[in-house]
Amino acid sequence: MYRSQVLICGGTGCTSSQSLKIIEAMEQEIKAVGLENDVNVVKTGCFGLCALGPIMIVYPEGCFYSRVTVDDVKEIVDEHLLKGRIVKRLLYDETVTDTNDVKSLNETAFYRKQKRVALRNCGVINPEIIDEYIAMDGYQALGKVLTEMQPADVIQIIKDSGLRGRGGGGFPTGVKWMLAAGNQADQKYVCCNADEGDPGAFMDRSILEGDPHVVLEAMAIAGYAIGASQGYIYVRAEYPIAVQRLKIAIDQAHAYGLLGDDIFGTGFHFDIELRLGAGAFVCGEETALMTSIEGHRGEPRPRPPYPAVKGLFGKPTILNNVETYANIPQIILKGADWFASMGTEKSKGTKVFALGGKIKHTGLVEIPMGTTLREVIEEIGGGIPNGKKFKAAQTGGPSGGCIPAEHFDIPIDYDNLISIGSMMGSGGLIVMDEDTCMVDIAKFFLEFTVDESCGKCTPCRVGTKRLLEMLDKITQGKGTMADLDKMEQLCYYIKDNALCGLGQTAPNPVLSTLRYFRHEYEAHVKDKTCPAGVCKKLTKYFIDPDTCKGCTLCARQCPVGAIEGSVKQPHVINQDKCIKCGACATACKFQAISKR
Amino acid sequence: MKSLEELKAIRDKARQNINVRGESEAAVRIVVGMATCGIAAGARPVLNAFADEVARRGLQDVMVTQTGCIGICQFEPVVEVFAPGKEKVTYVKMTPEKVAEVITEHIVNGRPVTKYTIGANQ
Repeated sequence: MYRSQVLICGGTGCTSSQSLKIIEAMEQEIKAVGLENDVNVVKTGCFGLCALGPIMIVYPEGCFYSRVTVDDVKEIVDEHLLKGRIVKRLLYDETVTDTNDVKSLNETAFYRKQKRVALRNCGVINPEIIDEYIAMDGYQALGKVLTEMQPADVIQIIKDSGLRGRGGGGFPTGVKWMLAAGNQADQKYVCCNADEGDPGAFMDRSILEGDPHVVLEAMAIAGYAIGASQGYIYVRAEYPIAVQRLKIAIDQAHAYGLLGDDIFGTGFHFDIELRLGAGAFVCGEETALMTSIEGHRGEPRPRPPYPAVKGLFGKPTILNNVETYANIPQIILKGADWFASMGTEKSKGTKVFALGGKIKHTGLVEIPMGTTLREVIEEIGGGIPNGKKFKAAQTGGPSGGCIPAEHFDIPIDYDNLISIGSMMGSGGLIVMDEDTCMVDIAKFFLEFTVDESCGKCTPCRVGTKRLLEMLDKITQGKGTMADLDKMEQLCYYIKDNALCGLGQTAPNPVLSTLRYFRHEYEAHVKDKTCPAGVCKKLTKYFIDPDTCKGCTLCARQCPVGAIEGSVKQPHVINQDKCIKCGACATACKFQAISKR
Repeated sequence: MKSLEELKAIRDKARQNINVRGESEAAVRIVVGMATCGIAAGARPVLNAFADEVARRGLQDVMVTQTGCIGICQFEPVVEVFAPGKEKVTYVKMTPEKVAEVITEHIVNGRPVTKYTIGANQ
């Protein structure tokens, strides 16, 4: 038995800051001091607190080391593992109490309000070892379903739990399964949507990287419930770590007979194949995803017929998101009531959010539905850095909208977000402070949808392009008030007429910013200014002649030679030459340069 | 995988390795002093003996860990046992040979081995 376990994050975030090299160095150092039989180094999935990566937790003490480097490894081995002295300088400061004791990670602000269901194994087990998943009650739910339950019972539990699709739409999962189960066919399919495309969202990736078996187990359960024997996971090729761990997981599940023929001796057969997507956003739309699995160009088709009737290869199919599946085995084991006890009246359970943007604790958080935006941003997220003011939070990515400060105390669930003009989406939550221009944000998301529109239907292909052109005009100070009205009309036209979810939701970022930040649009149009100072065409840099000491630093920094003036005399910016890069303002030691 | 029993057997075996991760309220903690004084007096074989014995018996909820100098260097190797709701027991001048007895009597049967404790050595 190992007396100590060193858990090191092997998720994408920490891997990009050298965590794999840290693991290698750790194993070498441990061997060098002869502790290889005492200390187990475990490569886990994501812990969630990506802002502090690379992350290492040493058990049994539960020490949470943050921003570890390869150079720190020797000290950790020599001091902590060999002599039992905790390396305090590397501890995450919130885990150190006033009396210099180490406190549990679960007591820190970031983790205290979290409730981990879908992410429960991420950062706890080694995702490449099936035994560790089994140790956490893995595949027990599949065993229970196959040996003790009828398919109809399984569907009933999922329905009773109130689980809704975590991919964004929020359709009740149990109902989806029931519809597919009710259709007779010689072959049915279970698909997993792992084509996570929203900018800023990475919970599906983290689940696949940190706990791939949970998805396999849930898909097999779904297969039993609807009468399918084949599953497909559609995962984007840009997630190489997730793809590799899924492959390992599928092989291990086969070796243990948890996939394949006659699972648990019940005669049930289920198999899973991977399909790699090329990263088209539209392939996250269910009909486009299935078209892509079939080997065609990833384009959506009209619904109905819905996939439950005529889906993949024309057969009844269910398609659920990764996070939805990650909830299934625990609902089976702990019961529908347990799951329904969390959350709000119509949104049960928990939701994972990817916190990003202007926030202290960037990372993944899982909270019960109904937690307020204020709790998520101020308590869990640690607030906005540099003392800036909260302006808005963007949820739902390019399909969602902005939540302004006036709705800061709204409990987050599917219906509340829709009622204020946003949506849950897959769970990206981008925080914006006073330095963010809302017109620019709308433009950013529109650029994304214009790029990603598949071009099959005209409202989306042409409409989003025209919308972007209007936004561009406004940010350049050439917009008119008539443009604002025309833009709004076009938004509703696209929403009503586009073929698939991508087009129907593409105008949402524009509509929601128009709704809550119309005054910013008007400032761009009427006053030709950008209040946040982001839109370059509408901002000018000025040197205050009273504060300027004439040190010449700004003139030397300016890449285009737009600053004139002699030594010890106030300098002046030539507005015709200025490219508004801001290098002068950053360089000035006397805060004499301002933006207007 | 032909039966649930087979799965449970794998689970129970694998749990030993996972148990130490995360915090368990009920855990008995066996803490070995591993400062310079402890290591010099032979604390490392004692620590290993505890870890091996716990593993051999497959004890759940028992944690073997280390700490720094407790301050009674003349009594090293020092081992403290913390059980929830009970007073701390401090064993002194421990050797690997004494470990099996402490595990059997104290950890399993709940009877501290008083002859090895600090009270009997003063």
